[in-house]
Amino acid sequence: MSNQSSVEILTEWDIVAARQLGRNVAKELGFGTVDQARITTAISELARNIYLYAGQGRIEIQQLMENGIKGILIIAADQGPGIPDIRKVMEDGFSTSGGLGAGLPGVKRLMDEFKIETIPGEGTDIRATKWLR
Amino acid sequence: MEIQGGLRQKMNKQMAGYIQENNTEIITKWQELMKNEKNDRSFQVMPTDLMNQTSKEFADLMLSNLLESHQAYETRLNDFAEKVVRLGWSMTFVTKAIDHFSEVVFEGMEDAGLITQENFRGFFKEFNNWIIPIRDSTVAAYSKTWERTVSLQKIALQELSASLIPVFEKVSVMPLVGTIDTERARLIMENLLEGVVKHRAEVVLLDITGVPVVDTMVAHHIIQAADAVRLVGAKCMLVGIRPEIAQTIVTLGINLNEFTTTSTLQRGVEQALAWTNRKIVEVDEQ
Repeated sequence: MSNQSSVEILTEWDIVAARQLGRNVAKELGFGTVDQARITTAISELARNIYLYAGQGRIEIQQLMENGIKGILIIAADQGPGIPDIRKVMEDGFSTSGGLGAGLPGVKRLMDEFKIETIPGEGTDIRATKWLR
Repeated sequence: MEIQGGLRQKMNKQMAGYIQENNTEIITKWQELMKNEKNDRSFQVMPTDLMNQTSKEFADLMLSNLLESHQAYETRLNDFAEKVVRLGWSMTFVTKAIDHFSEVVFEGMEDAGLITQENFRGFFKEFNNWIIPIRDSTVAAYSKTWERTVSLQKIALQELSASLIPVFEKVSVMPLVGTIDTERARLIMENLLEGVVKHRAEVVLLDITGVPVVDTMVAHHIIQAADAVRLVGAKCMLVGIRPEIAQTIVTLGINLNEFTTTSTLQRGVEQALAWTNRKIVEVDEQ
């Protein structure tokens, strides 16, 4: 089972749209309120990164089913500048924009699986999964 | 190829004449075409008599654009577009309706022998002169209505945005409801500082019960606002932290240690009163 839908991120309001989509899917899959908050917060972080650093991109939400366990997959893809030093952005407290620097490491902690692929100058593709237990 | 003025007028008259004479026939054919539009349900769910009335109105509007003199044309066109918007159809549906209408008229005139091989190009151009301005002004009217709605909603939202409410002497509350974006964060900061000075508040309670998501950006703005409040000599307290929000804040690793935080506004108010050396007591009725 892989049901997908996506939101283009162009403006700040698209972040809200992506979040809403994620929340609806999470609710539909049967996630509790705490996990719903985790998933929407993760989407919010990823979408905001796209908006802030890449200018535009896409958030895709997929429903997963593996070995009888349901899950949600968030894909954040952009053709932005990429991340020059992944190790650094995964450190807590590192920020290039004067923010809190908790975004990406935070998302990793909020979700169960976290994969990041980035090529400087070509873009970034982040996949984060949460399983329903 | 420029068509002579006289010829154009004649063609226009012919078109208008044809539409007037075959009014019912055109409308029936056009309605058939519109019903086949699967993507839009506005026609299928409409009751028959209402549909007939609206269709007639639409046809009249289309026709009036042909008969008017050039001077009255512009105002007429704007009227037309606004009326169409008021019919409550979706924009794709309306553009389809306009296209289908001209299609039906064109084919009808072809069948009636009014449009022939020789004058085909002339009529083609005349049809375009008729349809394209209608479509353009309809699109313009739609976007105008949308823009108006959006700007009104923006104002409405701004009014709801961030107001600082004095609840006791030296204690004020700012309830935050809804999504916090950059624009709102700026407003919150401004109103907060202005309000603190104006109400001579010593304690400000930021109530985030109504904020659906607290991510690092929102937290960042809240921390900044609290820092600024401290600079003007007041204390800031974060209240209304729901359990799931508390968990995500911890998981994200956001440090709110410098804050006094409570789960509800009520407990926040009690704490604020304690800070200003007051408390709420029950009185015996006598």
